[in-house]
Amino acid sequence: MLGARTNIMVCTGTGCLASESEKVLKNLELILKARGYEKEVSIVKTGCFGFCEQGPIVKIEPDNIFYVRVSPKDAKDIIDEHIIKGRPVERLLYKRPDINQNVRRQEEMPFYKKQMRIALRNCGLINPEDINEYIAFGGYEALGKVLTTMSGEQVIDVVKRSGLRGRGGGGFPTGLKWEITRKQQSQPKFIICNADEGDPGAFMDRSILEGDPHSVLEAMAIGGYAIGADKGIIYIRAEYPLAIERLNTAISQARELGLLGNNIFGTDFSFDINIKYGAGAFVCGEETALINSCEGKRGEPNYKPPYPAEEGYWGHPTCVNNVETFANITQIITKGADWFASIGTEKSKGTKVFALAGKINNVGLVEVPMGTSLREIIFDIGGGIQGGKKFKAVQTGGPSGGVITEKDLDTRIDYESLLNIGSMMGSGGMIVMDETDNMVRIAKFYLEFTMDESCGRCTPCRIGTKRLFEILNKITSGKGAMNDIDALKQLSYMIKGSSLCGLGQTAPNPVISTMRHFWDEYLAFIKA
Amino acid sequence: MGIKSLEELKEIRDRYQGKVGLRQSANGQEDTIEVLIGMATCGISSGARETLNAFVEEFEKQGIANAKVVSVGCIGYCHSEPTVQINMKGKEPVLYGNVKKDKVAEIVEKHIKGGSVVESLLVMNLRI
Repeated sequence: MLGARTNIMVCTGTGCLASESEKVLKNLELILKARGYEKEVSIVKTGCFGFCEQGPIVKIEPDNIFYVRVSPKDAKDIIDEHIIKGRPVERLLYKRPDINQNVRRQEEMPFYKKQMRIALRNCGLINPEDINEYIAFGGYEALGKVLTTMSGEQVIDVVKRSGLRGRGGGGFPTGLKWEITRKQQSQPKFIICNADEGDPGAFMDRSILEGDPHSVLEAMAIGGYAIGADKGIIYIRAEYPLAIERLNTAISQARELGLLGNNIFGTDFSFDINIKYGAGAFVCGEETALINSCEGKRGEPNYKPPYPAEEGYWGHPTCVNNVETFANITQIITKGADWFASIGTEKSKGTKVFALAGKINNVGLVEVPMGTSLREIIFDIGGGIQGGKKFKAVQTGGPSGGVITEKDLDTRIDYESLLNIGSMMGSGGMIVMDETDNMVRIAKFYLEFTMDESCGRCTPCRIGTKRLFEILNKITSGKGAMNDIDALKQLSYMIKGSSLCGLGQTAPNPVISTMRHFWDEYLAFIKA
Repeated sequence: MGIKSLEELKEIRDRYQGKVGLRQSANGQEDTIEVLIGMATCGISSGARETLNAFVEEFEKQGIANAKVVSVGCIGYCHSEPTVQINMKGKEPVLYGNVKKDKVAEIVEKHIKGGSVVESLLVMNLRI
């Protein structure tokens, strides 16, 4: 008997591991064995389910029962009551706060109802450390289809027609980026996966790599084929040890099966992937700085043009895409460009993953179709504000974005609409603030971050962010005057206009946006 | 051993589909057939565990992918354990009693594949 009668899925994403899911897993194994059920029931380590607030998550299949906040001592009841006697353990079920009732299934939870999972499709469904499970759900078929039946141009055409745009935040059309790199005459070419996720509070890419690493490897090979590269590099920060471990496992399993390496699927296409570790500098998410870091140089950006597509890694044409962007690719190939383009808004297609953090009830990872409103994300999926407090603002786009207030909550999110209301899509961090948060201090928090993370290459960013921080510090300590606010404003626009890369150009955004929406809070410090 | 064609990849997919099949069918497919097995103490002592595993094995052997076997608690028919309830879309649930593991093949063949109820095993027809 190959398949067991029951699968106990235990989340082993970083969030759940931090709340002892490893011990839950061990206890489940021990008790299962002690009861003599280890052959009928298998325990599966999975990636992140996204409902981190309620972790550790344990899901029983095929019963489709979803347990939350499972502690190691609950393992006994799960085995003795549910697995052996078929009685779901009521106290471990999720209690819906709106109706004050326990619900058993994932689909019944408001947190999951409005979600649509494309990039996260396998997270929580497969064991990320077993390539066979990925294959069992259709994995590597997109690569096989591409290599055996499509030309590079055809692949690019599909990606272009799908409307997929860069999920790292910039929103540049992915197909176009591939096309530009393909058209370069020079050889060799490289494809790089940007896994240098650095926004405070953002963990989309980490969860994808931890929960479904093969989806990224497969997409990189497809991208490599499309642009004419035979080498891929994953640039990942060293502070993501679990993602690195699972990536390494995935790469070696793919090599063993010949899905990476020479003559993949018996064709003359060869492709391999190496991992480069970053030290976690925020600026290394910027593609030219990332490439410098890959080459062993200081992680500093270069002036563009030339763009990496023309002169990138060691001067060769290089295509840099973000983890989440890659995670969409295989589905686009399998289900078609039209399917993908049918989801989302006019200019932003597909879904976007957001990391919900801050003063929100359901902290976690959600994937929603483009065009979902912020109100739906924060109140329906996110479950509203902690402790029944009043919503004040949400910061999207991390330290490069801005705050969005109550009046703009009904905005249907896409790349353009968020820019229109003074913020940006960014990589997907969403930090929610309640009525007790002081917005000047929030701006100061972000400035402290960008000041620390400024690489120092250009003066406006290096010195400008430091001065901004100092002025904010002066204001928040009650020693500021009106001319400090004027200076703050002037300096912000100066840094924006004259910095070399995106880090500096966007660093003052939190100041500008909090000044626009919460001017009275700045004044309050001056008058105090 | 490397994969050299799409067919070889699909072979691996098929080989491992049984291992992950439980999870797919749970995700709200409409035509899923549910086989509920009473696994309370009296059920287990009358052989419900063996019955349950026999269903799982039979489905695997016959490649029936849209059926899921779920263990449930006691429904009070302790006199007729092991009890098995079959839920098919658009039909009334059917409750069988005294389903020892040797009865499983018959239920799968006649009811699940053939769509006709096995009269002799219905709880209401059993002599108590």
